[in-house]
Amino acid sequence: MEQQTGTFAVKKGLAQMLKGGVIMDVVNVEHAKIAEEAGACAVMALERVPADIRADGGVARMSDPDMILKIMDAVTIPVMAKCRIGHFVEAQILEAIGIDYIDESEVLTPADESNHILKHNFKVPFVCGCRNLGEALRRVGEGAAMIRTKGEAGTGDVVEAVRHARTVLGDIRRLTTMADEELMSYAKEIGAPYELIKETKELGRMPVVNFAAGGVATPADAALMMQLGVDGVFVGSGIFKSGDPARRAAAIVKAVTHFQDASILAEVSKNLGEPMVGRNISQMPESEKIAGRGW
Amino acid sequence: MKIGVLALQGDFAEHIVMLRRLKVEPVEVRLPGHLKGLDGLIIPGGESTTIGKLAVAYDLMEPLRLFGQRHAIWGTCAGAIFLSKDVSRDQPLLGLMDIKVERNAFGRQLDSFEADLDIPELKQATGTANPYHAIFIRAPIIESVSGEARVLSSVADGRIVAAQQGHFLATSFHPELTDDTRFHEYFLSLAD
Repeated sequence: MEQQTGTFAVKKGLAQMLKGGVIMDVVNVEHAKIAEEAGACAVMALERVPADIRADGGVARMSDPDMILKIMDAVTIPVMAKCRIGHFVEAQILEAIGIDYIDESEVLTPADESNHILKHNFKVPFVCGCRNLGEALRRVGEGAAMIRTKGEAGTGDVVEAVRHARTVLGDIRRLTTMADEELMSYAKEIGAPYELIKETKELGRMPVVNFAAGGVATPADAALMMQLGVDGVFVGSGIFKSGDPARRAAAIVKAVTHFQDASILAEVSKNLGEPMVGRNISQMPESEKIAGRGW
Repeated sequence: MKIGVLALQGDFAEHIVMLRRLKVEPVEVRLPGHLKGLDGLIIPGGESTTIGKLAVAYDLMEPLRLFGQRHAIWGTCAGAIFLSKDVSRDQPLLGLMDIKVERNAFGRQLDSFEADLDIPELKQATGTANPYHAIFIRAPIIESVSGEARVLSSVADGRIVAAQQGHFLATSFHPELTDDTRFHEYFLSLAD
């Protein structure tokens, strides 16, 4: 009996296993173990969390493969890593070390200002960011097997994550009420592949798993995103830039499972210590925002 | 018939879609009280460490074991690990099935695969002849079965990927990720 690897079903399948879970940014083995112990369903291995990338400035690139491999050795849950938008060689390197998922991420400095990676060329699955349905389906068209709304990474301000989730989910709700003859012109309007528009309408949801990301800092933030209708949550700087990472991480995991149960949310929100300081997005100059990266 | 799906983490929504297709009422189970009135339970795929920790945190371990004394339970992938007695590492297990499991036995995600399986019991129970197309995601294997547990299916190299013990079912693969409802039908026959 022949075994087929690297199929789209298998790529999409791992994302389906992550649903209802929390994917946490970790910068070393110690963080990775704390995340796993807290109940993370996967970790994102990177050298600097987005808040530090913002603070440091300069060019942000793929992390050192050795650092990623150490994290892969330290935990049993899936490990993801980021490459720059359009930097298919960084992606080839990450695939070569056996990473479980690649995030083609706007958090790093883009390597191509017109094109994303043709993700169908890889056996490893990709997750990509989006702000609206058109952007999401363009990424799926290129082969992304998982989508995340972008939010504004490294701020601890959930407002952009809410904006992007509401936009994507609202776009899907409107699409489901459209007549079939309106789909081609809608595909043209939002710049998305017609076949994927049709599929999304039929399914009444994104054709791949859709997580929220960018600015989630508290259990309430995570549950808010879940109630808006996403499948799970990425937490970047929000955990390891807070006062008590282990406790906050475990609380956010519980909040994502029990996202509809306000009494449990109240319980897990108690005594978490200082949240990350955060940056108010309404006071941030446009040039510092990163969600606009991606085409 | 009412079938619960453990909804702590993982692809429980995919199982719910399959159950609805078979005209069964699905119930999401997150707390012990949600088990009341159910005829069976599915433990979905996901991360077994996450599911185990949440089950411990919300006092589900004993209620699930008690539920299993009288009702059918099926675990897919992480769910199969959770049902097992032994996984060669320290993590919460229900220990309801006499199976020893090895996590991520085929390797990492790049080794995840699809393959056709020959499952005689399934063909017989559903009166069908075609092979079962299975999807394996960072899948475990059932290293060995003992006691009352018996092997339902193996991959080409002989490694066990499905087992049954009375009204308990464990599969390394994910019938909920396919359009083939036969495995869900087979489980419902155990829950009936």
